[in-house]
Amino acid sequence: MRLRTFPGGVHPHDEKHYSASSPITLAPLPAKVTIHVSQHIGSPSSPVVAVGDEVKTGQLIAEASGFVSLNQHASISGKVTAIDRFPHPCGTSSLAIQITGDGEDKWVELADEADYMNLSATEMKSRIAAAGICGMGGAGFPTNVKLSPPEDKPIDTVILNGVECEPFLTSDYRLMMEHADEIISGLKLIMKTVNARQGIIGIEANKPDAMALMEKKLKGEANLEVIGLKLRYPQGAEKQLIYAATRRKVPAGGLPMAVGVVVQNVGTAFAVYEAIRYRKPLIDRIISITGEGIKKPSNLQARIGTAFSELVEFCGGASMEIGKLISGGPMMGFALPSLDASMGKGSSGLLLFGKKAARLLDEKSCLRCARCVDVCPMNLLPSLIASAVKYKDLDKAVEAGLNDCMKCGSCSYVCPAQIRLVQWIDTGKIRYTEAQRAKK
Amino acid sequence: MKDKYIVSSAPHVHDKTTIPMVMWNVVIALIPALVFAVYYWGLRALVLTLLGAISAVVTEAAIQKLRKVPVSVSDGSAFLTGLLLAYNIHAGAPLWLPIAGSVFAIAVGKQVFGGLGNNPVNPALLGRAFLLASWPTLMTAGWVKPRTGTLSGISNVDDIALNLQSVSPKAYELVTGATPLKVVQSLRDSSFVASINSSATEGVDIANRIFTNITEMGSLKNLFWGNIGGCIGEVSAFALLLGAAYLLYKNIIEWRIPLFYVGTVFVLSFLFGPIKGSGYSMMLPFFHIFSGGLMLGAFFMATDYTTTPLTKNGRIIFAIGCGLLTVVIRLVGGYPEGVSYSILFMNVMTPLIDKFTVPKAFGRIKK
Ligand code: SF4
Ligand code: SF4
Repeated sequence: MRLRTFPGGVHPHDEKHYSASSPITLAPLPAKVTIHVSQHIGSPSSPVVAVGDEVKTGQLIAEASGFVSLNQHASISGKVTAIDRFPHPCGTSSLAIQITGDGEDKWVELADEADYMNLSATEMKSRIAAAGICGMGGAGFPTNVKLSPPEDKPIDTVILNGVECEPFLTSDYRLMMEHADEIISGLKLIMKTVNARQGIIGIEANKPDAMALMEKKLKGEANLEVIGLKLRYPQGAEKQLIYAATRRKVPAGGLPMAVGVVVQNVGTAFAVYEAIRYRKPLIDRIISITGEGIKKPSNLQARIGTAFSELVEFCGGASMEIGKLISGGPMMGFALPSLDASMGKGSSGLLLFGKKAARLLDEKSCLRCARCVDVCPMNLLPSLIASAVKYKDLDKAVEAGLNDCMKCGSCSYVCPAQIRLVQWIDTGKIRYTEAQRAKK
Repeated sequence: MKDKYIVSSAPHVHDKTTIPMVMWNVVIALIPALVFAVYYWGLRALVLTLLGAISAVVTEAAIQKLRKVPVSVSDGSAFLTGLLLAYNIHAGAPLWLPIAGSVFAIAVGKQVFGGLGNNPVNPALLGRAFLLASWPTLMTAGWVKPRTGTLSGISNVDDIALNLQSVSPKAYELVTGATPLKVVQSLRDSSFVASINSSATEGVDIANRIFTNITEMGSLKNLFWGNIGGCIGEVSAFALLLGAAYLLYKNIIEWRIPLFYVGTVFVLSFLFGPIKGSGYSMMLPFFHIFSGGLMLGAFFMATDYTTTPLTKNGRIIFAIGCGLLTVVIRLVGGYPEGVSYSILFMNVMTPLIDKFTVPKAFGRIKK
């Protein structure tokens, strides 16, 4: 197979060896879960339960509060014990519903639709919406919204993102190895919802067995194919993946549907399959607990809202003094101050780094070496954006690409002066939003 | 709160590249050139080089102490500047010359502007320009013959004319006493050609034979290995290419500038390089890219991070500009060599080039 890729990008060590070979393990039922009302892009869900209510596993506890919003469900059965601010997996704290379990895991009634492949597209989409599914690669855009493009933007291609380009993470890889059939069904269902004629699964070269398995399964399916991709970060970024797989360029500021494409993560496809066939809400997911600092690196199937501390404990605890805890991947994930937060729908991994790997290097002055320019997949001038932000020249920052940056981190990754470019750019984005608001 | 971990913004991993790693790797890449220089000219080449490098380091440390900023000489950038400066001096120069150049390069070329990353032009080249302006004869005369060859790279004078010394003392003096680029420059000078021999046609004839000879395989080989007269670090194209390959492999320099610089010189010297009556030759462009400071300039000085454009297209414009100026100076200007002035000039143009080559973001429609 000829491997494809996109321009720019970097080659971090993939570090998947920690957890790649450990099969998906069921995490023990948590005693308590904390489910945030904001685990997605869009307006927060509004709680429909009150403290003291008894809930079953899979019961709706907060509902979508607008078009771009999401339903949330209880991930264990028990009693609602608090609706309050709790630490969020992004490092902040925000409103969440806490459920204390009864240990019985009593479920709401599920279904098993025999002819699930032939439901109407509207029915499929309403099941996806009901199940509270959002993009599970991290960004967390509500899936049903993504699958409802306006009439004038027909979709011809669905790409499943099996790239998992973030180092360390192996949750998508394990899912592909262990649930290939379900993922493929999910892909077909997604294609039906948007009436696409072509389905692609994009997989990077460091997962040859997943690629081979999917290829074998797709043999004989004329309109489905696996596309092998060269190892390069950030290939899993939507625009980069679309370009690598189809050579189509999503216009700046635009969405993939502008070029007739919808991208979904493989985990999302799995959840879509479960939602349409069984009407199962999204109440659990696969998360990689990995890094040099964990005793037993694992891929766990865990309930949404499980505290990170419980997952770490289940994996044998820390194997060394921990310097940094990262929710998500090492390139775009969030450093957490403690293990108090709990996992959300977008939690693909939790990384434990030792003291040495966590050490921060001093920022030196820019050499103008242009390494950041050469790797930027969006073709921007990161050093210029950063210095413009530093000197409070927002117009110049915008001209150098402030608003086109997707914060992939490639530029900071290669900077020999260890300038925290993404942090500066982030500051710039915040200031820009404030400035826009002030103008109105 | 227990378990306090480090909180910082993403990314949480970094590749191993740091400023010292970059600088010291460039120093490593420049070592083969020094080995060749020592082979041809003996330990004096090494002593001159070390004097240049060490005085650059000392100057930088002293100024940083005075400015009360952290002393950062261990990052290797001052050492590299001193090394490059010394590479632009020939082995016959007095020992104080590289010291004077390095002190100037670091003090005026770099620290005045606030140190690494802020200097507008390449400090080593500025140091060289300073030496050339202050002590032109020391810089351009007194070349030392390599141990195994001749100054001009022409190994057999008899090939040009039997008894050249008596036929034309001037031509003889040229092919035995000048560096290759100087020979070519003189041959392009009509008043020089007229003075070669009392018979004008005979003079043109001799000039043409010298020209052909110097671009022949035998002479080109000497040029490639460095078996000629020249500056310490410029002399062996082979050694420099070896180092350049290492830097390209290590991803420390980027291909655009060297490729477009050398390519421009290649094409232009093919088109405009021939002298009257010599005709086009595929050998001539090779003569031009392997001679003088081009290899050192294109791979090690025009690729200096701070003083070259950030943008990809800007780098191409920069490199073509360097190539164009180099050829113009060599072929029509008053100097035999133009690499360092070309780079210095394009350094000055860099902010302007950057300004006009801001790239369009991925997916943005070109206006
Ligand atoms: S500027 Fe933005 S898009 Fe470009 S490399 Fe940096 S983080 Fe990625
Ligand atoms: S990589 Fe760092 S040092 Fe190099 S130009 Fe970009 S910001 Fe400056």
